[in-house]
Amino acid sequence: MTQRTHVPAPRTPPEAVPPAPRDLVDVRGGPPAWTGLWFVLPFLAFYVLFLLWPAVVGLGYTFTDRSLAGGPVSFVGVDNWRESLTDPALHASLWNTLWFTLLSVPLMVLLALGLALLTDHARRLGWFLRFSFFAPFVLPVTVMTLIWGWMYNPSLGLFNGTLGRFGIEGPEWLFSEDTAMFSVVIATAWWQVGFNYLLYLAAMRSIPGDVYEAAAIDGAGAWQRVGRITLPMLTRTTALITVLQLIGSLRVFEQIYLMTMGGPNFSTRTVIQYVYDSGFVGLRIGLASSMAYIFMALIIVASIAQFRLFTRKEEA
Amino acid sequence: MATTTEAPSAPNADAATRAPVRGRRRFPVGAAALYTVAVLAALAWLTPLLWAFATSVKPEGETTAMPPAWLTSNLTWEAYALVLGGGGIVRWTVNSLITTVIVTALTLVLCVLAAYGFSRFDFRGRPWLFALVIGGILIPPQVLIVPQFVLMTQMGLVDTYWGIALPQVVAPVFVFVLKRFFDAIPRDYEDAARLDGAGPVRILWNVVLPLSRPVLTAVGIFTFIGAWNNFLWPFIVVNDPQMMTLPVGLGTVTGGYGIQYARDMASAVLGAFPLLIVFLLFQRHVVTGVAGAGIKG
Repeated sequence: MTQRTHVPAPRTPPEAVPPAPRDLVDVRGGPPAWTGLWFVLPFLAFYVLFLLWPAVVGLGYTFTDRSLAGGPVSFVGVDNWRESLTDPALHASLWNTLWFTLLSVPLMVLLALGLALLTDHARRLGWFLRFSFFAPFVLPVTVMTLIWGWMYNPSLGLFNGTLGRFGIEGPEWLFSEDTAMFSVVIATAWWQVGFNYLLYLAAMRSIPGDVYEAAAIDGAGAWQRVGRITLPMLTRTTALITVLQLIGSLRVFEQIYLMTMGGPNFSTRTVIQYVYDSGFVGLRIGLASSMAYIFMALIIVASIAQFRLFTRKEEA
Repeated sequence: MATTTEAPSAPNADAATRAPVRGRRRFPVGAAALYTVAVLAALAWLTPLLWAFATSVKPEGETTAMPPAWLTSNLTWEAYALVLGGGGIVRWTVNSLITTVIVTALTLVLCVLAAYGFSRFDFRGRPWLFALVIGGILIPPQVLIVPQFVLMTQMGLVDTYWGIALPQVVAPVFVFVLKRFFDAIPRDYEDAARLDGAGPVRILWNVVLPLSRPVLTAVGIFTFIGAWNNFLWPFIVVNDPQMMTLPVGLGTVTGGYGIQYARDMASAVLGAFPLLIVFLLFQRHVVTGVAGAGIKG
């Protein structure tokens, strides 16, 4: 009896009150709780099959002596892990990867900043500069390595030929242990700096013009405006670019493999190449997987450390 | 000149802020120096491409002349005829196009659906499923090459387009980017559509996607560039030269010619061509796409 008058009261009409604040959705009352899952499911299926499952299977491989050539597989405990962790060649390839990262990250951040500053100020050349600096980014890696390998050619290449004109005997570039890594870093910077450059350029464009005008009225010169306004306002962008570049540089493989095959004398062999060499050339899948996992652990630690540093900076 | 044509066609917020900045012509002395440095830097950046082209149009006998000459008096397209006549590069370009289109289309569909699901619906297990997907961003795909290759062997997909494409479509980072974009779209539009009786799929297609064009373009372009230029995975999953993608084909077969620099550089120029054209056509989208990804990312 009271029921009939009572029931509608606690249920506020949907028009009067906005739908539940953060938890969304199908306002049509009683939304099937599964609707969202149907949207997510196709991606999840691919995700599980091609990423998660291989990751789990790969972890399993590390405890076996499985070979890419087939044959019986037996459980070997932590032998692969022990072998990898104590393998001087793996340590060397880790160091090469780290060395490449230490050289390339500052170079590619500063270069991107410089090129973006140029573009942001030389506005009349906007289209031409953007094309020049970003175009290499869209080149397939093999195109880049073909061209740079040719320019680096010690006896016939553009660089040493041009140096020779001035009576200077150029270095051996990719063919000497002393210069190979630097040569690869330079070529990589040319090839990949475009992405960082565009991120900087976009950030510079988003700085409101009236800030600069106010500074100009106060008598700030061009350099002062760059130093006091542009650079400080780019701090967040710089942090972002550094993080992205760090993770990207740690994953280096392709261009080095194509330019030097890891040589001379393995001085440029990176971790991923060593994984490839062990798994696809040496056919030892178990060993290769344990190396891959050691490397993945390092990358994840680096990413998390960077991320925490980054978020703390934002809070401050 | 290029900047002025661009301004009116850029309907985003930075067009407004850009105009006054361009107005500051304060440092006439520095301007000359600035433009000189800018032009020199651009030329330095273009040098490798120009040198590749200069080499490719020389007769093979002239390419190794010392000191290096930028211009030849015997300009010839012979190297291009040889490369194109070999047939490999045409086939690889077609292979790249097919696999890249598959990867880009599938990535967009899968990531958009997933991002929409995570953004707009509550369902059992959503928080930890989302955490699982986001965690995938940390996994560098290169470390999975061995088990992925074994999986492809078991599925019989070695040396096939699907074998090249499928492992590349899992891009958790784009789910994250798209979800953040969707989260920022006000719900009012969708509520209106819902009152008109539109279901979730219609709302996604008619309301959310049209509002998401910048982010969709950015995700599409970067997926396309990434898939087109991917080397390691196609290199591993393909052995048959007929099935190679452009980067793999150029890397493995071109070396076999021996020392023929004009021919190598003609291959490089032809290999650079497709995406340079795409970039020229979509330059503004690429730039604003990075801008969008960067400012939010």
